[in-house]
Amino acid sequence: MGNASQSIWGSMQSKGYSRRDFLQFCAVAATMAGLGREGVGEVVSAFDRKAKPPVVWMHFQECTCCSESFLRASHPIVADVLLDVLSLNYTETLQAASGFQAEKCLNDTIQNNKGKYIVLVEGAVPLHDDGVYCMIGGRTAESILHEVAKDAAAVIAWGSCASNGCVQAAKPNPTGATPIQKLVDVPVINVPGCPPIADVMMAVVTHLVVLGQIPSLDDQGRPKEFYSRRVHDTCYRRANYDAGLFVESFDDENARKGYCLYKVGCKGPVTYNACSVVKWNEGTSYPIQSGHGCIGCSEAGFWDKGPFYQHLPSFPGFGIESTADTVGAAVGLVTLAGVAAHAVMTNVRKKKIISEVHEDDQPEV
Amino acid sequence: MRSQMATTQSTAHAGHPAEYRRVYVWEFPVRSYHWINAVCMVGLCGTGYLIGAPIRITTAPEAWQLYWFGSIRFVHFLCAFVYFFNFLVRIYWGFVGNEYANWKNFFPFTAAQRKEIVDVIKTDVLQVKLHGNLSLGHNSVASLVYLMTFVAFAVQSITGFALYSSMSASWFPHLFHWIVPLMGGEMNVRYVHHLVLWFFVVFIIVHVYLSFYHDYLEGRGTISSIVGGWKFEREKQ
Ligand code: HEM
Ligand code: HEM
Ligand code: SF4
Ligand code: SF4
Repeated sequence: MGNASQSIWGSMQSKGYSRRDFLQFCAVAATMAGLGREGVGEVVSAFDRKAKPPVVWMHFQECTCCSESFLRASHPIVADVLLDVLSLNYTETLQAASGFQAEKCLNDTIQNNKGKYIVLVEGAVPLHDDGVYCMIGGRTAESILHEVAKDAAAVIAWGSCASNGCVQAAKPNPTGATPIQKLVDVPVINVPGCPPIADVMMAVVTHLVVLGQIPSLDDQGRPKEFYSRRVHDTCYRRANYDAGLFVESFDDENARKGYCLYKVGCKGPVTYNACSVVKWNEGTSYPIQSGHGCIGCSEAGFWDKGPFYQHLPSFPGFGIESTADTVGAAVGLVTLAGVAAHAVMTNVRKKKIISEVHEDDQPEV
Repeated sequence: MRSQMATTQSTAHAGHPAEYRRVYVWEFPVRSYHWINAVCMVGLCGTGYLIGAPIRITTAPEAWQLYWFGSIRFVHFLCAFVYFFNFLVRIYWGFVGNEYANWKNFFPFTAAQRKEIVDVIKTDVLQVKLHGNLSLGHNSVASLVYLMTFVAFAVQSITGFALYSSMSASWFPHLFHWIVPLMGGEMNVRYVHHLVLWFFVVFIIVHVYLSFYHDYLEGRGTISSIVGGWKFEREKQ
């Protein structure tokens, strides 16, 4: 928790980083924020002067997988520096302070930096029963969020929980878990995923906190840079999809050949995320590369679209195995049977119909 | 009264059909709309089903040698474009076409039309009123069902083009993208798009059957009318 008025370069210097490390960091930050080579100079001069932006990281209804992911960014220098550079003034998981001391940190940050600090939120906020399902220090998550977000410059909603509710908002959503963007008035950047990719988180934070700009967002509030393409659009198994070569079960020959996982439930075609480009764990792999379909973890309501291993969600009320297709086919067959029965009836009553309807057209016999 | 008329006629015209008037009911744009739409619908339902549940018909050692699933999708998109603009033509014709094609037919809520709804149910479902002098154009139940069909057409067009917008750089499909955030993501859009398929399957079965049934029952050229445009109305005597 450094001095908030110190410049970024100043704080790095005092931590023992060389000017060379600093320039390297600026270059990576510029790249992550999507700036070209010309942008590096701007970043350097900004960091030479710019004060460390104060940041608070709130944890509500979550599992901390977003924090875990964040720590695994593939540019350690950026991760280190960011954690050092940011005035991470409050974060339940990592801070040493606790109790009143921690509350004071949070309060001071908010009071002294009105309109300037950034709020990172991990987790959804429960609204049912006056919000009693998530309480910190005797207060509901909802009231804490309102207080913290009121004077924030911007909010980043980490992960699917904060962006769209994730598992705790799955039907029947017993606690009334609600995504952040529905609760606050300041700009919210959604970074969905369960968890989001570390490098994506890093880049978004760099963009916002370090460059002081909100990256350009799509109509669901997600940074376009990472969420404008489907996993399917850049999937290396795509050629198999277009060819119609599909894995039918996880232990068949097709799976061994690396065919497309569409028929075993891959949600890549409806999932906007950067997995097939950025990949996970320092670019090692991503689920599809490991032979498992995408479960659509960055899409709203993905838990309710299961089972994960079937293309269509199960049809409500007809058992877990039945899909729209089984129900539809049954309805279609019943219709066919009805039509056939109708035709039979019509023929059985042919005499009556002819005598009633066409009687006068018939030659007398 | 009718049976009385029938009795007198059957003596007077034994073996001689009554007088009918030819009425030009379905103008060319309605008929061409109908058959283009029918072909596209069958294409869309067939390929749509296959997109949801692909089957493998051929195989090859390597993916680059095949484009089977890509072709299925291509046919779906091709039919989709034809179907969409064809639908627009029909909507336009609802404003400039003849009285049978007019858009007002699809909202059969006047007293007489509501009565006809009951009549048609008696004719088609209960089979108790077999000579219910139905309208020459669409009967009221048919109109209602077509109204539902047109709504389903609109739903499929919007959800379909919204899905298509993620694989197209052209501006046109992007006009429909607004539905995606509104429905909470593409998963839901795709699901609704898939569900409506089954509405059409049921519609086609019932519609084709009832066309033949009414042709038989009314005896005034229902089936040929959607090909040639003419229906026959009995002259009042
Ligand atoms: C009106 C009749 C239509 C029917 C019955 C129909 C049916 C279907 C079905 C069943 C699917 C598979 C969904 C799934 O399970 O993943 C599908 C996919 C799709 N349809 Fe349609 N559709 C219709 C019209 C349209 C129209 C007008 C468009 C506009 C372009 C369209 C575009 C698409 C697209 C883009 C997909 C996704 C294909 C992919 O994954 O590559 N559809 N359709
Ligand atoms: C396969 C898909 C089909 C679809 C989606 C379909 C759809 C429709 C629609 C929307 C209309 C209303 C026409 C308008 O006013 O614009 C209509 C009318 C009609 N269709 Fe079809 N049709 C199909 C197939 C057929 C077939 C195979 C036949 C007959 C062999 C047929 C016979 C008729 C007739 C006779 C009418 C006029 C009915 C009336 O008087 O209300 N249709 N159809
Ligand atoms: S594995 Fe999934 S994402 Fe990859 S091509 Fe197949 S359906 Fe698309
Ligand atoms: S591949 Fe799909 S389910 Fe897996 S992490 Fe990426 S978006 Fe989530």
